[in-house]
Amino acid sequence: MITTSSRFHADSLLSWLLRLTGAAAVLVLGGIVAVLLIQSAPFLVEHGSALWRNDWQPGQARYGMAAMIAGSVLVSVLALVIAGPLAVLLAAWLRYFAPLIRRPVLALVELMAGIPSVVYGLWGMLVLVPWINQWAPPGASWLAASLVLALMILPLALLVTDTALGQLPARYLQAGQALSLSRVGMLRRVLLPQAGPAIVSGLVLQFGRALGETMAVLMVAGNVVQWPTSLFDPVRTLTANIALEMAYATGDHRVALFVSGLLLLLVTAVLLMLSWRLRGERHEMA
Amino acid sequence: MRWPDRLAGMIGGLLLLAVLVPMGLMLWSLLEQGAGVLSMDFLLEDPRQAGRAGGIAALLVSTGWILAVCLLVAVPVGLGCALYLSEQVPAGTRRAQWLGGVLDMLAAVPSIVYGLFGYQFFAISLGLGFSILSGALALALMVLPLMIRSAEQALRGVPMSYRQASEALSISRWGWVRRILVPQAAPGIAVGIILSIGRALAETAVLLFTAGYVLRQPDSLLDSGRALSVHIYDLAMNVPGGMPRAAATGLVLVAILVILNLLVRRWLRPAQGAWQ
Repeated sequence: MITTSSRFHADSLLSWLLRLTGAAAVLVLGGIVAVLLIQSAPFLVEHGSALWRNDWQPGQARYGMAAMIAGSVLVSVLALVIAGPLAVLLAAWLRYFAPLIRRPVLALVELMAGIPSVVYGLWGMLVLVPWINQWAPPGASWLAASLVLALMILPLALLVTDTALGQLPARYLQAGQALSLSRVGMLRRVLLPQAGPAIVSGLVLQFGRALGETMAVLMVAGNVVQWPTSLFDPVRTLTANIALEMAYATGDHRVALFVSGLLLLLVTAVLLMLSWRLRGERHEMA
Repeated sequence: MRWPDRLAGMIGGLLLLAVLVPMGLMLWSLLEQGAGVLSMDFLLEDPRQAGRAGGIAALLVSTGWILAVCLLVAVPVGLGCALYLSEQVPAGTRRAQWLGGVLDMLAAVPSIVYGLFGYQFFAISLGLGFSILSGALALALMVLPLMIRSAEQALRGVPMSYRQASEALSISRWGWVRRILVPQAAPGIAVGIILSIGRALAETAVLLFTAGYVLRQPDSLLDSGRALSVHIYDLAMNVPGGMPRAAATGLVLVAILVILNLLVRRWLRPAQGAWQ
């Protein structure tokens, strides 16, 4: 009987411990949201509408973030426009045209996915910025940031697309071969449309990653607060702004940076829900 | 083969080059800048003149401490949460979907936001200041979803028949978890830990204003300490003439990550989706 009761003890203790760690995950998310909200709330009430203006001059209590929001969006959109199609086409090519080299290439791509963003940024500073500088100074620009980001999100975009294509039933391909369709035709008419939602869902997440990336962009974007008029103009993103100014910001300025963090969090949440929708997952939260 | 297929085959090859060439350039530029600096002394000496001279010994120590504390928190909590998900939350229920949603969200939160949170909560509210402890705790929160997901996958991979057998023998819940489930899933859990280490080592933005910038050897966990990734950023951006050592530090970091990647490959191929 003693063993039974001690066993009961250990079991219920375990069950409680596990429940606690499960709650920890929820607490962390709740804590992040709460801290950002508490920090931002007074500012939002006071200066809320001023955030959308253009002038970011913390020294003169002007906290307009429009140019940096534009910077974040422009840099990420261009990165996705470059990396998205490249990733989808490459994943399809590897699977249906070059199956022999698919595994080694994917292994390499997985390795790329693990390379730190500072190293991507360093590459941008060493190679890309001097190169762009040769024909369109100063080099550190919207284009440089987007190219670095594109290379950074490409590995995961490719891996996600590969997974999505791998989940298609093999009979599609067999039926296509029986009808003697060309592989390009199969891809265009059947395989890509079928895997489309899953692929786009993955790309939406990568877009979110691009929006949230700090270091790589910070190192190559030039960080001038302005609406870029060409691809070769320097831009500053919201994330870079936080990293640059947090160290010395005080008072309202500091709070404004928390507000931009909250904004990033909100956009990430919206993108995540969009990605769930596309994949057809029914999450209670969406 | 028909002509569209042949054409597509060639275009694909060109696209592959479009990815591989920049990657090759990346490695080449790091080697070109950093190889001259890299030596055993570089690993064993402390940095001098804000990092322009000397090596990275103090940074390896700081990074090691940050990583150790980060894992000390993330591994038990992550494993516990993974056990909770696999043992007490049946897949497909509302609660499973909710928790899954929370984990997806945690994984999607930009790292700079973890940095802001860590700065406000650990450094200021809890009074830990710019310290290894603040940085490591913020980092632990960031790697938590990855740790949980990969451990959960490993636990769910343990065959149902084992569970049925253990229930038939009326082995206690605790005994089943400790003696059978976790040992069986150990290789997968190890892979999760290694993936988490890789993610933590690669991270910079979280540490910028939690662990801080201080270059010397840390005296305690409450001392500020600069991680390798932060060092790369600072040398490249803020220290004129720091580029060679930034590149050399980058090479060291990439070498560590490649070794971790090979380790994962050797140990066990993570099942599909471990990177998500």
